[in-house]
Amino acid sequence: MSWAESRVNAVARRATGDVLQRALHLDGVLLGLVALLSGLGVVILYSAFGGSIAAVQDHLVRLAVGAAGMIVAAQIPPWQLRRIAPWLFGLGVVLLVAVLVVGESGGGARRWLDLGVAGFQPSELMKLAVPIMVAWVIARSAMPVSTGRAAATLAIIALPVGLIGSQPDLGTAVLIGAAGAGVLFLGGIGWRLIAALIGLVAAAVPLLWQFGMQDYQRQRVLTFLDPTRDPLGAGYNIIQSQIAIGSGGIHGKGWLNGTQAHLEFIPERHTDFVFAVMAEEFGLVGVCALLVLYLLITLRGLWIAYQAQDNFSRLLAGGLSLTFFVYCFVNIGMVSGLLPVVGLPLPLISYGGSAMVTLLVGFGILMSIHTHRRMWSS
Amino acid sequence: MDLGTFRDTPRERQVVRRRLLIAGVIGALLCLLLAGRIAYLQTARYDHFAAQSQDNRVRIASVAPTRGIIRDREGRVLADNQPAFRLTIVPERVDDLSGLLDQLDDLVDISAAERAAFRDARQRSRGFQAIPLKRQLSEAAVARIAANRHRFPGVEVQPHLIRHYPYGPIGAHAIGYVGRISESELRSRDRRAYRGSSVIGKTGLEKAYERRLRGEMGSERIETNALGRPIDVIERDPPTPGEDLTLTLDIGLQRVAEQSLGDYRGAIVAMDPRDGAILALASQPGFDPNAISAGLDRQTFETLSRDPDQPLYNRAISGRYPPGSVIKPFLGLAGVADGAMTPDEEIHCDGTFRLPNVSRVWRDWKREGHGDVDLNEAIAESCDVYYYELADRMGIDRMHDWMTRFGFGVDSGLALPGERQGVMPSRAWKQRNRGESWYRGETINTGIGQGFTLATPIQMATSTAMLANRGAPIVPHLLAGRPDSDGATAPVGPVRLEDETLWQTTIDAMVDVVHGERGTARAIGEDLDYRIAGKTGTAQVIGIAQGEEYDEAAIDARHRDHALFTAFAPATSPRLVVTVLVENGGSGSTTAAPMARRVIDAWMNREEQGSELGRESR
Repeated sequence: MSWAESRVNAVARRATGDVLQRALHLDGVLLGLVALLSGLGVVILYSAFGGSIAAVQDHLVRLAVGAAGMIVAAQIPPWQLRRIAPWLFGLGVVLLVAVLVVGESGGGARRWLDLGVAGFQPSELMKLAVPIMVAWVIARSAMPVSTGRAAATLAIIALPVGLIGSQPDLGTAVLIGAAGAGVLFLGGIGWRLIAALIGLVAAAVPLLWQFGMQDYQRQRVLTFLDPTRDPLGAGYNIIQSQIAIGSGGIHGKGWLNGTQAHLEFIPERHTDFVFAVMAEEFGLVGVCALLVLYLLITLRGLWIAYQAQDNFSRLLAGGLSLTFFVYCFVNIGMVSGLLPVVGLPLPLISYGGSAMVTLLVGFGILMSIHTHRRMWSS
Repeated sequence: MDLGTFRDTPRERQVVRRRLLIAGVIGALLCLLLAGRIAYLQTARYDHFAAQSQDNRVRIASVAPTRGIIRDREGRVLADNQPAFRLTIVPERVDDLSGLLDQLDDLVDISAAERAAFRDARQRSRGFQAIPLKRQLSEAAVARIAANRHRFPGVEVQPHLIRHYPYGPIGAHAIGYVGRISESELRSRDRRAYRGSSVIGKTGLEKAYERRLRGEMGSERIETNALGRPIDVIERDPPTPGEDLTLTLDIGLQRVAEQSLGDYRGAIVAMDPRDGAILALASQPGFDPNAISAGLDRQTFETLSRDPDQPLYNRAISGRYPPGSVIKPFLGLAGVADGAMTPDEEIHCDGTFRLPNVSRVWRDWKREGHGDVDLNEAIAESCDVYYYELADRMGIDRMHDWMTRFGFGVDSGLALPGERQGVMPSRAWKQRNRGESWYRGETINTGIGQGFTLATPIQMATSTAMLANRGAPIVPHLLAGRPDSDGATAPVGPVRLEDETLWQTTIDAMVDVVHGERGTARAIGEDLDYRIAGKTGTAQVIGIAQGEEYDEAAIDARHRDHALFTAFAPATSPRLVVTVLVENGGSGSTTAAPMARRVIDAWMNREEQGSELGRESR
């Protein structure tokens, strides 16, 4: 544990005592970090919306819904999750298939099921169901995971990834694939197998380029490699968000003062590209603070996994933490031009309800793993 | 409860814990990578990006190339670009958009359609981009806006070019027109090529040669102040103007052809048979392409496209008609070359034709019959019974083979969008298209260009040119010097005959159509100092029931026969092919042939006297 974390830890403990842990099954450290991050998100969003209170209120309502989801999830002990793992996963797959067959389309993709009251994205459920399922599969036999079981697990991961990728929702597919792969990694999959898989992917890339991709997809990759080849089209987002980030400098232009953001140069500036707004206004100092916050949350999650008392809990907690980290890494990497643009929000900061609720529920599960630990060890 | 703890050996816990440590380290390293990337952007490249963002002064604007000019063979301009003014709004600079629109409405009159188009365009563009509200401003409107300019920040009057067709409706079908580019057109094309321009060739040559006429888009990096108003051009990548096109069309002859058609619906094709250069490609009724290129409102366009006379439809290349007797010279030549007849063999025509054991009677257009006719008379007088006999002897498959060699049922090869293929039926064709076997009686109908046979005026003209050329095919084309049809090959090969004199025999018979004592088009043959070789055609639009009389007056005008005439002149050394089709025009000899004569006269007189065709108005 880092020094900062132990400080936060100590502060949180002093403030809340054991009430959170014992009565509500919440982890004070994680709760504090998440609250800090959410507060920062509200501040950034307020600016991204150009000072609109109404939009922020909207965001706060969703945050409240997510917090409620987190508290509920924290009450569910991990062994219950383990029991329903295959059912949850099966339900998710059925819903994904349903989406492809009868889903509501929007923007050329079928991602929604219309439940009458509200739309529901089964891929959100899968963000939790896949790590739970993979943890369940791996924990059933001895570790390190055998090659055969690893292969079977890969097949299990490939099913939802393929379904979501064909919606198409590339960002979520990548995320869920990474979540599953993360758990597999924690399960001790052999280094040789990892090398072989990486080699396989590397070999598949030129083949995919040649045969598997539509022309517009190739264009998108080329645009990522050189945004200036299409400065008014697909390259526009990347160029403008890099200008926003770069022009923020070390100290930033100050809250509400980002010209890039406020002159509407950054597309999707309150959703996927909100990081650019933050980097422009808060500079390198703000970015580092945000990165530290993300890293601390991830490390706290990994610590919870480290301390967990059965394999399933360990794997699940580790998988959820890694999923969260992949979220952050892919979004920031994409906005700063390190990775190609796939649609993924910035965790707990981007405007938009369902992803945030899912994330908070994930934290609830992490807390549950941590707080139910003593109960059954004693 | 089995929690699987019995396997939770220290070794297994160790496996996961070690991996967790590795994952933590990798995560921290990746965080460092991100931080490094951001730090690079915000420190090492800070000056670069700060400069770009400070007032967002660099704005990249597309510069549309000027569209190529289209000229006729004499250099007369058929399509050029005229300066006009359009009103644009930069939404970002406007506080109250709907209020502004109301204010502007008082000055320049903004229609609901223009408001809707503006709203659509606004959703698709970024806030700092100027969105057109009105495409053509009157000079008075430009002045009114200039006077009130201070009241309207964000409103700009921009000069631009609109496509203009000096001859209006003349030649409109061949030249085509440009129109606002649609979303679907944008999707199927390279978007970059159309940034900054809003028009695209929609039909005719404007569409066929869109790529060459369009040119290459240029761009400008413009420095703007904090409000987005342009201050200076930093860098300029000039557009490449579109290529000018010179046509083979003669707009004077085109005018004569269109005027010849009068109020009839129909088409006239005039072509130089020596190289396939199209001199006139008329289709009536027509339309004024200027109205469309200036931005037609939806309603007017719908009226145009719903007009039962179909003014937007290019009958010369898209209209498919039964060729009727026009096919007789071709079929006569084929019959003799194929050995079904000899040129001198006489068939007795008593006005009717029967097949053994078939009750149906095929009638000649001349009720009392033509008496004994040989090939020459059969062509000159257009005897149907002769051709019923000829067709029956040849059989449908031989007929199909021969007629296809003359281009019937084949594309002409003209590179204009919208050309449709005719039909030259065969046994196989009917099986494929109707799923039925062929009947002998249908062969008889095919012998006079009826039944399933269909041809377009351009294809009939091309076939006539082959006859004039004694079998040498040509590719019809509209571009002078045919720079892009180099190597374009005719869709059919040359027709070679064992007995070359047959060409002359056929052409002589076609000369007799116009100049012979009993030729069907002898009325147009008077006082000519050169000879025309031609063939009339009168094609039934509806089948007349057995035994019923054809009573023109009683038949609805839309069901009246189509009149056809195809000809070339001078007969000895052909320089001009003219094909006339008049929808519901009645008979080829009375309606179509005189039209062809006017076109031929105009061309011949021009060549002989050097008169300026473009100036005369008949």
